[in-house]
Amino acid sequence: MTAPHPTAELQQEREAALIAAVLSGEREKFHELIRPYERQVYLTALSLVKNEAEAEDIAQEAFVRAYRKLGSFRGDAKFSTWLIAITLNEGRSRLRKENRATIESLDGNESDGTLTPAQLTDWHELPSEVLEREEIRLLMQRAVAELPATFREVVMLRDMEELSIHETAEALGISISLVKVRLHRARLLLQKMLAPRLKTAWKPEKKSGTKRRLSWF
Amino acid sequence: MVLNCKHVWNHISDYIEGTLDPAVRADVERHLAHCEICSAVLDSTRNIIILMADDRVFELPIDFSKRLHARLDAVLASDVPDRT
Repeated sequence: MTAPHPTAELQQEREAALIAAVLSGEREKFHELIRPYERQVYLTALSLVKNEAEAEDIAQEAFVRAYRKLGSFRGDAKFSTWLIAITLNEGRSRLRKENRATIESLDGNESDGTLTPAQLTDWHELPSEVLEREEIRLLMQRAVAELPATFREVVMLRDMEELSIHETAEALGISISLVKVRLHRARLLLQKMLAPRLKTAWKPEKKSGTKRRLSWF
Repeated sequence: MVLNCKHVWNHISDYIEGTLDPAVRADVERHLAHCEICSAVLDSTRNIIILMADDRVFELPIDFSKRLHARLDAVLASDVPDRT
Protein backbone atom coordinates (compact mmCIF):
# COMPACT_ATOMS: atom_id res chain seq x y z
CA MET A 1 0.00 0.00 0.00
CA THR A 2 2.92 2.33 0.71
CA ALA A 3 5.41 1.01 -1.83
CA PRO A 4 5.97 3.35 -4.75
CA HIS A 5 4.92 1.77 -8.01
CA PRO A 6 5.40 2.83 -11.63
CA THR A 7 1.94 4.34 -12.02
CA ALA A 8 2.56 6.61 -9.03
CA GLU A 9 5.76 7.83 -10.62
CA LEU A 10 4.05 8.43 -13.94
CA GLN A 11 1.33 10.32 -12.16
CA GLN A 12 3.91 12.49 -10.42
CA GLU A 13 5.58 13.31 -13.73
CA ARG A 14 2.25 14.09 -15.30
CA GLU A 15 1.40 16.39 -12.41
CA ALA A 16 4.75 18.15 -12.55
CA ALA A 17 4.14 18.84 -16.24
CA LEU A 18 0.64 20.15 -15.56
CA ILE A 19 1.86 22.39 -12.76
CA ALA A 20 4.58 23.81 -15.00
CA ALA A 21 1.98 24.42 -17.72
CA VAL A 22 -0.38 26.24 -15.35
CA LEU A 23 2.46 28.39 -14.06
CA SER A 24 3.57 29.31 -17.53
CA GLY A 25 0.15 30.56 -18.48
CA GLU A 26 -2.00 27.60 -19.44
CA ARG A 27 -4.22 28.24 -16.47
CA GLU A 28 -7.08 26.00 -17.62
CA LYS A 29 -4.83 22.97 -17.07
CA PHE A 30 -5.50 23.45 -13.37
CA HIS A 31 -8.88 21.72 -13.87
CA GLU A 32 -7.15 18.63 -15.12
CA LEU A 33 -4.53 18.76 -12.39
CA ILE A 34 -6.97 18.64 -9.51
CA ARG A 35 -9.67 16.39 -10.97
CA PRO A 36 -8.28 13.18 -9.39
CA TYR A 37 -8.35 14.75 -5.91
CA GLU A 38 -11.82 16.21 -5.64
CA ARG A 39 -13.05 13.40 -3.46
CA GLN A 40 -10.00 13.39 -1.18
CA VAL A 41 -10.17 17.11 -0.61
CA TYR A 42 -13.90 16.98 0.06
CA LEU A 43 -13.53 14.11 2.55
CA THR A 44 -10.69 15.91 4.29
CA ALA A 45 -12.92 18.95 4.72
CA LEU A 46 -15.73 16.70 5.90
CA SER A 47 -13.44 15.19 8.54
CA LEU A 48 -13.30 18.63 10.14
CA VAL A 49 -16.83 19.96 9.90
CA LYS A 50 -19.31 17.07 9.57
CA ASN A 51 -21.60 19.22 7.48
CA GLU A 52 -21.80 18.57 3.74
CA ALA A 53 -22.45 22.11 2.56
CA GLU A 54 -19.71 23.54 4.72
CA ALA A 55 -17.29 20.81 3.66
CA GLU A 56 -17.99 21.67 0.03
CA ASP A 57 -17.32 25.31 0.74
CA ILE A 58 -14.00 24.54 2.43
CA ALA A 59 -13.04 22.20 -0.42
CA GLN A 60 -13.69 24.95 -2.99
CA GLU A 61 -11.66 27.46 -0.99
CA ALA A 62 -8.84 24.96 -0.63
CA PHE A 63 -8.66 24.44 -4.40
CA VAL A 64 -8.71 28.18 -5.02
CA ARG A 65 -5.93 28.61 -2.48
CA ALA A 66 -3.95 25.79 -4.05
CA TYR A 67 -4.24 27.53 -7.41
CA ARG A 68 -3.10 30.87 -6.04
CA LYS A 69 -0.07 29.43 -4.29
CA LEU A 70 0.74 26.77 -6.86
CA GLY A 71 4.13 28.40 -7.41
CA SER A 72 5.13 27.48 -3.87
CA PHE A 73 4.62 23.75 -4.42
CA ARG A 74 8.13 22.32 -4.33
CA GLY A 75 7.47 18.72 -5.17
CA ASP A 76 9.14 17.34 -2.05
CA ALA A 77 5.79 16.02 -0.84
CA LYS A 78 3.18 14.45 -3.11
CA PHE A 79 0.84 16.95 -4.71
CA SER A 80 -2.12 15.19 -3.05
CA THR A 81 -0.52 15.51 0.39
CA TRP A 82 0.10 19.19 -0.24
CA LEU A 83 -3.53 19.66 -1.27
CA ILE A 84 -4.76 17.84 1.82
CA ALA A 85 -2.56 19.97 4.07
CA ILE A 86 -3.99 23.13 2.46
CA THR A 87 -7.50 21.80 3.00
CA LEU A 88 -6.82 21.07 6.67
CA ASN A 89 -5.41 24.58 7.12
CA GLU A 90 -8.35 26.16 5.38
CA GLY A 91 -10.84 24.20 7.48
CA ARG A 92 -9.02 24.80 10.74
CA SER A 93 -8.58 28.52 10.25
CA ARG A 94 -12.29 28.71 9.57
CA LEU A 95 -13.09 26.78 12.76
CA ARG A 96 -10.74 29.06 14.70
CA LYS A 97 -12.37 32.19 13.34
CA GLU A 98 -15.69 30.90 14.52
CA ASN A 99 -14.23 29.70 17.79
CA ARG A 100 -15.15 26.16 17.07
CA ALA A 101 -11.65 24.80 17.21
CA THR A 102 -11.57 21.31 18.59
CA ILE A 103 -9.66 21.03 21.80
CA GLU A 104 -7.20 18.25 21.28
CA SER A 105 -6.97 15.48 23.83
CA LEU A 106 -10.03 16.64 25.71
CA ASP A 107 -12.29 14.37 23.72
CA GLY A 108 -9.57 12.36 22.05
CA ASN A 109 -7.80 10.80 24.95
CA GLU A 110 -4.89 8.85 23.55
CA SER A 111 -3.37 7.25 26.58
CA ASP A 112 -6.53 5.94 28.09
CA GLY A 113 -5.85 2.20 28.58
CA THR A 114 -7.32 -0.63 26.59
CA LEU A 115 -10.43 -0.08 24.56
CA THR A 116 -12.84 -2.95 24.84
CA PRO A 117 -14.14 -3.92 21.42
CA ALA A 118 -17.57 -5.35 20.74
CA GLN A 119 -17.30 -9.08 21.17
CA LEU A 120 -19.43 -10.97 18.74
CA THR A 121 -18.40 -14.42 17.75
CA ASP A 122 -20.82 -14.82 14.89
CA TRP A 123 -19.39 -12.12 12.68
CA HIS A 124 -19.27 -13.19 9.07
CA GLU A 125 -17.99 -11.72 5.88
CA LEU A 126 -19.89 -8.83 4.46
CA PRO A 127 -21.74 -9.61 1.28
CA SER A 128 -21.28 -6.99 -1.42
CA GLU A 129 -24.96 -6.11 -1.44
CA VAL A 130 -24.57 -4.81 2.08
CA LEU A 131 -23.54 -1.40 0.81
CA GLU A 132 -26.53 -0.94 -1.38
CA ARG A 133 -28.39 -0.62 1.86
CA GLU A 134 -28.94 2.97 2.85
CA GLU A 135 -29.14 1.87 6.45
CA ILE A 136 -25.53 0.72 6.49
CA ARG A 137 -24.35 3.93 4.90
CA LEU A 138 -26.13 5.97 7.53
CA LEU A 139 -24.74 3.85 10.34
CA MET A 140 -21.23 4.31 9.02
CA GLN A 141 -21.62 8.05 8.52
CA ARG A 142 -23.04 8.55 11.98
CA ALA A 143 -20.33 6.48 13.64
CA VAL A 144 -17.58 8.43 11.92
CA ALA A 145 -19.26 11.71 12.88
CA GLU A 146 -19.37 10.58 16.51
CA LEU A 147 -15.61 10.02 16.71
CA PRO A 148 -13.51 12.57 18.57
CA ALA A 149 -12.18 15.08 16.02
CA THR A 150 -8.53 14.07 16.22
CA PHE A 151 -9.42 10.43 15.66
CA ARG A 152 -11.79 11.25 12.82
CA GLU A 153 -9.12 13.16 10.90
CA VAL A 154 -6.68 10.31 11.10
CA VAL A 155 -9.10 7.52 10.24
CA MET A 156 -10.55 9.46 7.32
CA LEU A 157 -7.16 10.17 5.81
CA ARG A 158 -5.84 6.65 6.35
CA ASP A 159 -8.84 4.37 5.89
CA MET A 160 -11.18 6.41 3.74
CA GLU A 161 -8.77 8.29 1.53
CA GLU A 162 -6.20 5.52 1.83
CA LEU A 163 -3.15 7.66 2.44
CA SER A 164 -0.19 5.80 3.91
CA ILE A 165 0.59 6.23 7.61
CA HIS A 166 3.53 8.39 6.59
CA GLU A 167 1.42 10.63 4.33
CA THR A 168 -1.22 10.94 7.02
CA ALA A 169 1.41 12.11 9.49
CA GLU A 170 2.80 14.55 6.95
CA ALA A 171 -0.58 16.02 6.04
CA LEU A 172 -1.61 16.46 9.68
CA GLY A 173 1.81 17.61 10.85
CA ILE A 174 1.95 15.01 13.63
CA SER A 175 4.29 12.11 14.34
CA ILE A 176 3.90 8.66 12.84
CA SER A 177 3.53 7.14 16.29
CA LEU A 178 0.69 9.54 17.11
CA VAL A 179 -1.01 8.62 13.83
CA LYS A 180 -0.78 4.95 14.80
CA VAL A 181 -2.18 5.51 18.28
CA ARG A 182 -5.09 7.58 17.01
CA LEU A 183 -5.76 5.20 14.16
CA HIS A 184 -5.86 2.26 16.51
CA ARG A 185 -8.29 3.93 18.86
CA ALA A 186 -10.44 5.22 16.03
CA ARG A 187 -10.70 1.78 14.47
CA LEU A 188 -11.59 0.10 17.73
CA LEU A 189 -14.14 2.79 18.54
CA LEU A 190 -15.72 2.27 15.13
CA GLN A 191 -15.69 -1.47 15.68
CA LYS A 192 -17.34 -1.00 19.05
CA MET A 193 -20.03 1.30 17.67
CA LEU A 194 -20.60 -0.50 14.42
CA ALA A 195 -20.10 -4.22 14.85
CA PRO A 196 -23.26 -4.81 16.90
CA ARG A 197 -25.33 -2.51 14.70
CA LEU A 198 -24.02 -3.82 11.41
CA LYS A 199 -24.72 -7.30 12.60
CA THR A 200 -28.40 -6.55 13.10
CA ALA A 201 -28.67 -4.33 10.04
CA TRP A 202 -27.27 -7.07 7.92
CA LYS A 203 -29.33 -10.19 8.14
CA PRO A 204 -27.59 -12.95 6.25
CA GLU A 205 -29.57 -14.07 3.26
CA LYS A 206 -29.62 -17.52 1.77
CA LYS A 207 -26.57 -18.11 -0.36
CA SER A 208 -27.17 -16.40 -3.69
CA GLY A 209 -23.72 -16.93 -5.11
CA THR A 210 -22.91 -13.21 -5.03
CA LYS A 211 -20.93 -13.29 -1.83
CA ARG A 212 -17.75 -11.32 -2.13
CA ARG A 213 -14.69 -12.89 -0.69
CA LEU A 214 -12.66 -10.31 1.16
CA SER A 215 -9.05 -10.63 0.25
CA TRP A 216 -6.39 -9.35 2.55
CA PHE A 217 -2.94 -8.16 1.66
CA MET B 1 4.79 -14.97 25.18
CA VAL B 2 1.22 -16.01 25.85
CA LEU B 3 -1.13 -13.12 25.17
CA ASN B 4 -4.55 -12.59 26.65
CA CYS B 5 -7.45 -11.02 24.77
CA LYS B 6 -6.69 -7.50 26.00
CA HIS B 7 -3.14 -7.69 24.71
CA VAL B 8 -4.42 -8.83 21.35
CA TRP B 9 -6.93 -5.96 21.14
CA ASN B 10 -4.08 -3.52 21.72
CA HIS B 11 -2.33 -4.95 18.68
CA ILE B 12 -5.30 -5.21 16.32
CA SER B 13 -4.61 -2.07 14.31
CA ASP B 14 -0.87 -2.71 13.89
CA TYR B 15 -1.66 -6.31 13.06
CA ILE B 16 -3.95 -5.17 10.24
CA GLU B 17 -1.34 -2.63 9.09
CA GLY B 18 1.25 -5.41 9.01
CA THR B 19 3.61 -3.33 11.13
CA LEU B 20 3.84 -5.64 14.14
CA ASP B 21 7.18 -6.97 15.17
CA PRO B 22 7.42 -10.57 13.79
CA ALA B 23 7.68 -12.13 17.26
CA VAL B 24 4.60 -10.27 18.52
CA ARG B 25 2.79 -11.08 15.32
CA ALA B 26 3.44 -14.78 15.89
CA ASP B 27 2.10 -14.47 19.46
CA VAL B 28 -1.02 -12.71 18.18
CA GLU B 29 -1.55 -15.38 15.56
CA ARG B 30 -1.19 -18.15 18.11
CA HIS B 31 -3.89 -16.48 20.20
CA LEU B 32 -6.16 -15.87 17.22
CA ALA B 33 -5.94 -19.52 16.22
CA HIS B 34 -7.88 -20.60 19.28
CA CYS B 35 -9.80 -17.48 20.34
CA GLU B 36 -13.10 -17.06 18.57
CA ILE B 37 -13.80 -13.70 20.19
CA CYS B 38 -10.57 -12.06 19.07
CA SER B 39 -10.90 -13.55 15.59
CA ALA B 40 -14.32 -11.97 15.33
CA VAL B 41 -13.01 -8.63 16.61
CA LEU B 42 -10.30 -8.79 13.96
CA ASP B 43 -12.73 -9.72 11.18
CA SER B 44 -15.23 -7.05 12.09
CA THR B 45 -12.52 -4.39 12.34
CA ARG B 46 -11.21 -5.38 8.92
CA ASN B 47 -14.69 -5.32 7.46
CA ILE B 48 -15.28 -1.85 8.82
CA ILE B 49 -12.01 -0.70 7.24
CA ILE B 50 -13.25 -2.10 3.93
CA LEU B 51 -16.51 -0.21 4.31
CA MET B 52 -14.60 2.98 5.12
CA ALA B 53 -12.69 2.75 1.85
CA ASP B 54 -15.82 2.13 -0.19
CA ASP B 55 -16.80 5.14 -2.28
CA ARG B 56 -20.46 4.44 -1.72
CA VAL B 57 -20.31 5.12 2.02
CA PHE B 58 -19.35 8.77 1.74
CA GLU B 59 -20.42 10.14 -1.61
CA LEU B 60 -19.66 13.51 -3.07
CA PRO B 61 -22.67 15.84 -3.01
CA ILE B 62 -24.57 15.88 -6.30
CA ASP B 63 -22.97 18.30 -8.80
CA PHE B 64 -20.05 18.97 -6.46
CA SER B 65 -17.67 18.76 -9.38
CA LYS B 66 -19.75 21.02 -11.59
CA ARG B 67 -19.93 23.75 -8.96
CA LEU B 68 -16.23 23.43 -8.15
CA HIS B 69 -15.07 23.82 -11.73
CA ALA B 70 -17.44 26.73 -12.33
CA ARG B 71 -15.93 28.48 -9.32
CA LEU B 72 -12.42 27.70 -10.55
CA ASP B 73 -13.25 29.04 -14.00
CA ALA B 74 -14.08 32.37 -12.44
CA VAL B 75 -10.86 32.42 -10.40
CA LEU B 76 -8.70 31.26 -13.30
CA ALA B 77 -10.11 34.00 -15.51
CA SER B 78 -9.13 36.77 -13.12
CA ASP B 79 -6.16 35.52 -11.08
CA VAL B 80 -2.62 34.51 -11.89
CA PRO B 81 -0.96 32.13 -9.41
CA ASP B 82 1.86 33.58 -7.27
CA ARG B 83 5.18 32.59 -8.69
CA THR B 84 6.93 32.30 -5.36
